[in-house]
Amino acid sequence: MDKILHTFNGTEFTVGHAILEFSYLLAAILFVWGLKLLSHPESARRGNFWAAAGMILAMITTLFLHEGSTGSRIQLMNVVVIVITIGIGTAVGLMISKKVKMTAMPELVSFFNATGGAASALVGLLEFGNPENESLLVTLLGLIIGSIAFSGSLIAYGKLAGKIGGIHAGFMKFVNIALLLGIIGLTVYVLLQPDPQTLAPMVYLLLGLTLLYGVLFVMPIGGADMPVVISLLNSLTGIAAAMAGFIYHNLAMILGGIFVGAAGTILTLLMCKAMNRSLINVIIGGFGGGGGTAGEEGGTVKEISLSDAAVLLAYSQKVVVVPGYGLAVAQAQHTVHELEKLLENKSVQLVYGIHPVAGRMPGHMNVLLAEADVPYDKLVEMEEINKDIGNVDVVIVVGANDVVNPAANDTPGSPIYGMPVINAARAKNVIVMKRGMGKGYAGIENPLFFKDNTRMLFGNAKDSIQKLVAEINTL
Amino acid sequence: MEEIIVFFYSFREPIFIMVLSIFLGIEVISNVPSVLHTPLMSGANAISGVIIIGGIILVGHTDLSGFSLELLLGILAMFFGTLNVAGGFAVTDRMLEMFKKKKK
Repeated sequence: MDKILHTFNGTEFTVGHAILEFSYLLAAILFVWGLKLLSHPESARRGNFWAAAGMILAMITTLFLHEGSTGSRIQLMNVVVIVITIGIGTAVGLMISKKVKMTAMPELVSFFNATGGAASALVGLLEFGNPENESLLVTLLGLIIGSIAFSGSLIAYGKLAGKIGGIHAGFMKFVNIALLLGIIGLTVYVLLQPDPQTLAPMVYLLLGLTLLYGVLFVMPIGGADMPVVISLLNSLTGIAAAMAGFIYHNLAMILGGIFVGAAGTILTLLMCKAMNRSLINVIIGGFGGGGGTAGEEGGTVKEISLSDAAVLLAYSQKVVVVPGYGLAVAQAQHTVHELEKLLENKSVQLVYGIHPVAGRMPGHMNVLLAEADVPYDKLVEMEEINKDIGNVDVVIVVGANDVVNPAANDTPGSPIYGMPVINAARAKNVIVMKRGMGKGYAGIENPLFFKDNTRMLFGNAKDSIQKLVAEINTL
Repeated sequence: MEEIIVFFYSFREPIFIMVLSIFLGIEVISNVPSVLHTPLMSGANAISGVIIIGGIILVGHTDLSGFSLELLLGILAMFFGTLNVAGGFAVTDRMLEMFKKKKK
C-alpha cells in the first residue's frame, strides 16, 4: 500500500494514492450513471442503488486511504470517532425515512436538504481557520451557499409542515436585496484583507447574515412556487458541496456537487417554464401578496348533495380527477383509488389530470397516487387532459385550487395570469371538493367556484369520497 | 486580477471538471417525465451529501488529544452529512418501490 511507485512532479505516489483516486473516479461514474438511470421509470430504483454504492465506496476509501497535509493517514482513534458518528447518522437517517408518511415527503426532502447545507456550511466555517487552506474564496462561497441552503430549507420544511406561516410584505423585497448586497460586500471585504484568517468574528457575522438571508428569502414564497424553491435549494446544496470539493482538491466532490447543482437548476427552470414564470419572478415576486385585488367577482356558489353527485358520476362516460395538495392533507389517495375502481366497474372512464406543480413538490401527486396503486397510464399530464377537456362529463377537483383557476387564462390582472392550468371550467360539469370557502395556498380568488357548471362538495376530501363511494354502491 | 489568474491556474483541473459536469447535469436531466421529478430530486439531494467526504477528511485529521470546538463542529458536520446521504437514498428507494409495485 505504501510502496512508492513513482515520483510525479516532485511528489511521490503510492498504491494507496492510486486506489483512492481510482475509487473517486468510480464513484463519479456511479453518480452520473445512477442519476441517468433515475430518470427512467423502469431503471430508477437501480439508479438510486448505484449512486448510493458510489457514495459508500468513496466514504470507505477516504476513511482508510486519505492522507493529510503531513502525509499521514487517518489515525485509528479518528477512524473510530468517524465510524461512530456515521453509524449514528445512518441509524437516525434510516429511521426518519422509514417512519415518515408518504404525504410528508416534500417536508422530508427539504429537511434532508437542510442537513446537507448545514454540513457544507460547517466544513466551510472550519476550513476558513485552517492556515493550509489554499483558497479562501471557495471556502467562503461554500459557507455562504451552504448556510443559505440550510436555513432556507428549514423554513421550507416548516412552511410545508404547516408550522410556519408566511410573511407577505412588500418591503421584504428591499430587505432581501439589501441583505444580499451586505453579504457580497462583507465577503469581498474579508477576502481583500492582507491576513483574512485573523477575521474570525467577521466570518461569524457573515454566517449570521447568510442564515438570516435564507430565512427571509424563503419566507414570502408560497403557493405553486414552493416546488420551485425546493428544487432551487436542492441545487444550492450541491453547489455548496462542490465548493468544499475545491478546498480538498477532491474531484469526486466537485463532480458530484456541480452535477447535482446543474441538474437541480435545470429541474428548477423546467418547473418555472411549466408555470410560465421566470426564476427571478419566483424569487423576488413573492407569490400571493396582493392577490385579492384581481378577479374579485365573488358571486354565489352552489352546493351539490352526495346523492346528486353519486348519480352524476355513475351516469357519466368520462371523468377526470384533478388532485391537489388537499388530497395529500386528507390522505385521500386510497379512497380516490377506490372510487376509481368502482366507477370503472360501472364502465365510467376515469383518469387523473396531473398539473406539473400540483402539490408542494414536483411530481408530488404521482408519488401519492402511486402509493395507492393507481396505474401509470391513468396519470395524464396537463396538456393531454386539456386537449379533450370539452368532452369530459365531470371534472372532480380534489383539494386543488390554483392549478384549475381559469383566471390564469382570462384575467390579465391576476397574479397567476399566464400560468398554464388545467381548464376544468371547460368541462361539462365540475365538482369541487373543498374543506371550506377559504382561498388557496396562494390566496387568490378562484372564479371556477362561481361558474354555472360548478358544484361544491364541502368537507374533508377523504370523508366526502368515502360517502360518495357508499352512495354510488347503493345505486 | 493577478489573483484571479493564479486561482484559475491552480484550480485548472477542477475547473475543467466543473464546467463539464454542468453540461453533463443538463444533459442527463433533460426529458425526464414529470412522474419522476420527486424521486429524482430526492436522489440528487442524496448525492449532494458528498460533502460527507469533506467531513471525513476534516475530522480524520483533527487533533483528538483534547476537546475542541473544531472537533465538535466537525462531528456535527459529519452527522448532518450522513443524515443527508443515508436518509436521502433510503427515502428515494421507498418512493421508487411504490412505483415498481403497481407495474405488475
